Amino acid sequence: MDVKRRKFLKIAGISAIAGISAPTAFSSLLKGEAGASSEGGNAKAAEKSAGHGEKKRTGKQLGLVVNTRIFKEVDGLAEKCTKACHTVHNVPDFGNPKDEIKWLWKEPYEHAFPEHSNHMRSEGLNTLPILVLCNHCENPPCVRACPTKATFKNASNGIVMMDYHRCIGCRFCMAACPYGARSFNWRNPRELDANGNYKFFPNGIDAKFPTRTRGVVEKCNFCAKRLKEGKQPACVEASDSIRGRGLIFGNVNDPHSEISRVLSENFTIQRKPSAGTLPSVFYII
Amino acid sequence: MPMYDSGKIITGLVIFVIIITFPIWYNVGGAEHLPNPEKPVGKKQCVRDTQYMRTTHMQLLSEWRDEVVRDGNRQDQIVDGIKYEKSLQNGCMNCHTSKKKFCDECHIYAAVKPYCWDCHVQPKEMN
Repeated sequence: MDVKRRKFLKIAGISAIAGISAPTAFSSLLKGEAGASSEGGNAKAAEKSAGHGEKKRTGKQLGLVVNTRIFKEVDGLAEKCTKACHTVHNVPDFGNPKDEIKWLWKEPYEHAFPEHSNHMRSEGLNTLPILVLCNHCENPPCVRACPTKATFKNASNGIVMMDYHRCIGCRFCMAACPYGARSFNWRNPRELDANGNYKFFPNGIDAKFPTRTRGVVEKCNFCAKRLKEGKQPACVEASDSIRGRGLIFGNVNDPHSEISRVLSENFTIQRKPSAGTLPSVFYII
Repeated sequence: MPMYDSGKIITGLVIFVIIITFPIWYNVGGAEHLPNPEKPVGKKQCVRDTQYMRTTHMQLLSEWRDEVVRDGNRQDQIVDGIKYEKSLQNGCMNCHTSKKKFCDECHIYAAVKPYCWDCHVQPKEMN
């Protein structure tokens, strides 16, 4: 054969380049990246990036509406809800704010909604009892922060759940949560006093629910266990008053649910919307 | 070949053998009692057969935990028409009403220390 060395090297070089680049070129074409990166983009890419407008809502997302007007009208209703929650979930009472564990608690307006303007604010808002809890965000930052997947978003109902077995107590989730909805067990909640009684459960332990142990983070779980039993969350049940329910619970993605009706009929606000977490807890002020 | 200091060596060997076998003859006759977990009265069967439960109950509990907590699948277990909740505290311990007489029997014998009861609440002991 009279192939010149020069010609042979040319052919070999071109085939080597083609061989290396072909798979990447093909796979990017298949994924449609070529279209997206081209100037202007196309409709598909724009939809994917979802820069503006609401995404289409699919699946189930449980949520809660807090009607602060009812909590203002009915004295002690917020405390009643907190007590109901903390009793069924064996939330210990350490008796000092440094160690405090809270799932559902009362905050003043300016703490709950720091992004809202205080300029010329109504005096009445200062005394408004606002119940706050885990927002069960659609885009939960705690889930992204957790290194062990101990906290995760339940795909079947949108609840941000905790698996205490997996929690290593690193508290990344607490740093990630913009709402302070997570509490850490600095102490053993099952500590006994001299008489052999539980120090931090003055009313005893509910034998139907576990406690936590030292070194794990805990928070509201939207009463996942009670929902299975066909009940409403404990706080929602306790929020029943002569003025009506202070808390309305349900699937916000279902257009026929009570909560969807309430959301469509009322002006509601959410906590720290600019964090982009899409909270599932809404407030009627 | 003559053996020097045979008296000392043999005595030493005898003492050595006695010391090395000390655990054997010390425990002769005093065998540890075998575990005898108390079975629930009036119950014929569990969620799985006895042999499976004996060897694999920890895996089963782990699977239940993952199904209930992670997948949100809280469907009750139905075995021969009897419903069992997938729960240690609200399922297993409904029949096995005593941690001391059931769990601890084997766990102490086998020197395993599961940490279930650090969080889960054991049924109130009757005594």
